[in-house]
Amino acid sequence: MTVRLLDDWEDLPLDDLLRYCRDVVEDPDYPTVKRWREAGGKVVGHFQVYFPEEIVEAAGLLPVKVQGATVEPRQGDAHFGAYLCSIVKTSLELGLSGRLELDMFVSHPICDTARNLAAVWGRNFSYPCEVLYLPQNPNSAHSVAYLRGEYDRLRRGIEEIAGRSVTDDDLRAAIAVFNENRRLLRRLYDIKRESPWLLAVDEAYVLVALGGRIPRSEHNRLLKAAIPMIEKRDAAPQDRMRLVFEGGFCEQPPLDLLTTIAQSSYVVDDDLLIGLRWLTDDVAADGDPLETLARAYHEQSSYSAVQHDLRKPKEVMLLKRIRESGAGAAVISAAKMCEPGLDELVPHMKALDEEGIPYFVNEFEENMTSFDTLQIQLETFIENVLFA
Amino acid sequence: MSTDTTNQSSRPGEPDAQHDSIVGRGNREGSRLFRQWYEELTTAPERGEKAAYVFVMGSLAELLNSFNLNLVFPEINGLQTAVRHVSESYITQAEDYGYNSDVCGYVKADLGLQLRGGDHPMGRIPRPDIAVYTGACNTYIKWAEIWERLYGIPIFTLDVPGPRAAGRLPGRGHVDYDNDLRYVAGQIEELISVLENVTGTRFDVDRLREAMAYANTMTTAWVKILELNQSRPAVYDAVTDGTSYLGVANGFRGRPEGARYFEEVLEELEYKAATGIGTSHDQRHRLAFVGVPCYPIYRRFSEMFTERGGVFVGSTYTWFASGGWNSGYLYDLDNPLESLAEGTLITSREAMNDMFHADRLLADMVEPFGLDGVVFHGIKSCRTVSSGLADSRRAVMELADVGTLLIDSDHMDPRSVSEAQIKNRVDAFFEGLETRKLLAAAGEPEGSRR
Ligand code: SF4
Ligand code: SF4
Repeated sequence: MTVRLLDDWEDLPLDDLLRYCRDVVEDPDYPTVKRWREAGGKVVGHFQVYFPEEIVEAAGLLPVKVQGATVEPRQGDAHFGAYLCSIVKTSLELGLSGRLELDMFVSHPICDTARNLAAVWGRNFSYPCEVLYLPQNPNSAHSVAYLRGEYDRLRRGIEEIAGRSVTDDDLRAAIAVFNENRRLLRRLYDIKRESPWLLAVDEAYVLVALGGRIPRSEHNRLLKAAIPMIEKRDAAPQDRMRLVFEGGFCEQPPLDLLTTIAQSSYVVDDDLLIGLRWLTDDVAADGDPLETLARAYHEQSSYSAVQHDLRKPKEVMLLKRIRESGAGAAVISAAKMCEPGLDELVPHMKALDEEGIPYFVNEFEENMTSFDTLQIQLETFIENVLFA
Repeated sequence: MSTDTTNQSSRPGEPDAQHDSIVGRGNREGSRLFRQWYEELTTAPERGEKAAYVFVMGSLAELLNSFNLNLVFPEINGLQTAVRHVSESYITQAEDYGYNSDVCGYVKADLGLQLRGGDHPMGRIPRPDIAVYTGACNTYIKWAEIWERLYGIPIFTLDVPGPRAAGRLPGRGHVDYDNDLRYVAGQIEELISVLENVTGTRFDVDRLREAMAYANTMTTAWVKILELNQSRPAVYDAVTDGTSYLGVANGFRGRPEGARYFEEVLEELEYKAATGIGTSHDQRHRLAFVGVPCYPIYRRFSEMFTERGGVFVGSTYTWFASGGWNSGYLYDLDNPLESLAEGTLITSREAMNDMFHADRLLADMVEPFGLDGVVFHGIKSCRTVSSGLADSRRAVMELADVGTLLIDSDHMDPRSVSEAQIKNRVDAFFEGLETRKLLAAAGEPEGSRR
């Protein structure tokens, strides 16, 4: 199905285009998804972190990233315990309030809350709700074959919803579109690293996040237009601290929090929406497409607090991210009540202490609205580092 | 999981000799075995023996026992500190180290224990030589990463895919089941070579077979024990006695002592059922418990229910914290390795199902167990068991005509347990149950009793 989901944006200057993207990303009514459904399309919602969206797009369905929202979880709250992160409550709220209508919902074994989310979702909606069991032992020689089988299971489920088969050629075509998308997203992050004054963290964020709400072919068109404009942007480098932001792999900090950070520093790399950038290289276009996707998950992928891999100790990977981006300090954060995120803070702090890299620790919630204290603390932190 | 609770069962008339020797034996012998186990752990380094850190869901005890590894269950160490009212000092030690107040209390109590060289109220816990765990709880993985960092030991995630959705547990011959099974079997082979390296001993299939035979005896008894509480009166309390049994079920899985213990417990409970002996308390309301016990006020928590005539005839804890052995899976001793893989898949998957999709299972219990109410105990520490309880409760209320109660506390941290608040909620719950019974007796329609 080809249907245009975004409004006309082609003639917008860069700042207006970024504002438009932000409006779409911040709209809890998911206007692009509504447009897709009005045209008769079906939608698969996938919870954080990584999901092989290629399999859904290959079936002609729209994969939508379910990443919470800055909404009051009026109905969502009643379905969960008190001591939980916000993202599961607001994500369910999107469904219960009818803002986000789906034909299938998929969660992952990223954490104990997210697996429960699939069960809760399943008790409240009649469409298929399930867990895609991404492997937690990628160090096993049997893991790629297992994941290929698990992707095949997903393909069969998607075929039922789509009412059509998903051939290997369909998958290869989707992989090609996503490969282009991955190249464009890598370019965005290159710009952040090489000339961060051209693209602030909140601006890059909305450009990436948009990909979770529209087909990737449409996302590619927009990125291909936006990137040259960013590269030619009239902005001069300033004497600001280069930071890495770590802790945005699942629940997302509010955009205003990112804007606050951007006011006093350059965020040169981060793990925000890392699932949309999980595969770090092109996926092979030949061979068995499900297997190449499964192999890429293991061999060409990023890292996060919720993916266990003996080859990638998280603190070692964080140090690598800091070095490779030329950052001089880090903001290490976790969503409130997020067990894996909070667990990770301790080794992160220890590793940064050992390396003598300054860091700022921050706990956030997607629904927080006041950033004044954060701004003062962050500015003080930066001053302390710069003038130490 | 062993507790101080001794079941003072009673029955009308003079107790006979058989009564004296049988009734209460399970709890007495459970406490003795528990002390023996901690003694073994304390002296393991003197004997030059190694320790494997494992968890209750997917412990792989049969395989690890065959390598002569001492099994340490950090969850059980943790709850023992709470039952003995010293958990807070372990937890705060971990918080001083940097762990957040919202991190699972078990993880923090264990880190506190590691930081004080294994010093525990029951003995001295040896350091790990290896950690083996499934992802039945994701926090297991994060927890093991802490030991890896502290000690540089090998850690092995035996990744067991869980249920994809409610009611979807495919079996032999199904393409998805076969895919999961191949993955688990392959990892078990890999684990065996890691264990050979760690212990310096060759894998001995006959020792594994022997441990599996003992485990089969335990499983057979366990399933019968769970069913036996359909008896009226209930022959044991699934929260207090059930938790004592669980301690042995985990600590002695695949060992002759464990097999003998469970045969004896079964004999005791069958005797009680046949002779109409119940627990020591008045049983007016038959309840199911969902979640993890409130260890910081373990005895008092139980009394809040027994004082009002409540008895827990079932508990989801006895399902998932037994590692899913309530599934009744029995090993095929002629094909030990294949069967170990299948058993690990089926039981760990069962444990996950019992946590995430308990609503239907609870509704199915209502009639055979004669349930009057279901008590959901959400704990701050544990997102695995607690995240979906509010929704599960709502589902149970739709599926079955029972009273329900949802309380929040913690299983480890006394700072998150408000005894007075829990008591108020429990009292109100019992008043509701009594009203329901009065209305039922007066012939009111079912809907009005919700
Ligand atoms: S924010 Fe953390 S706890 Fe919540 S769903 Fe995400 S990973 Fe799980
Ligand atoms: S999160 Fe729950 S299941 Fe996991 S270790 Fe903690 S108490 Fe146990």
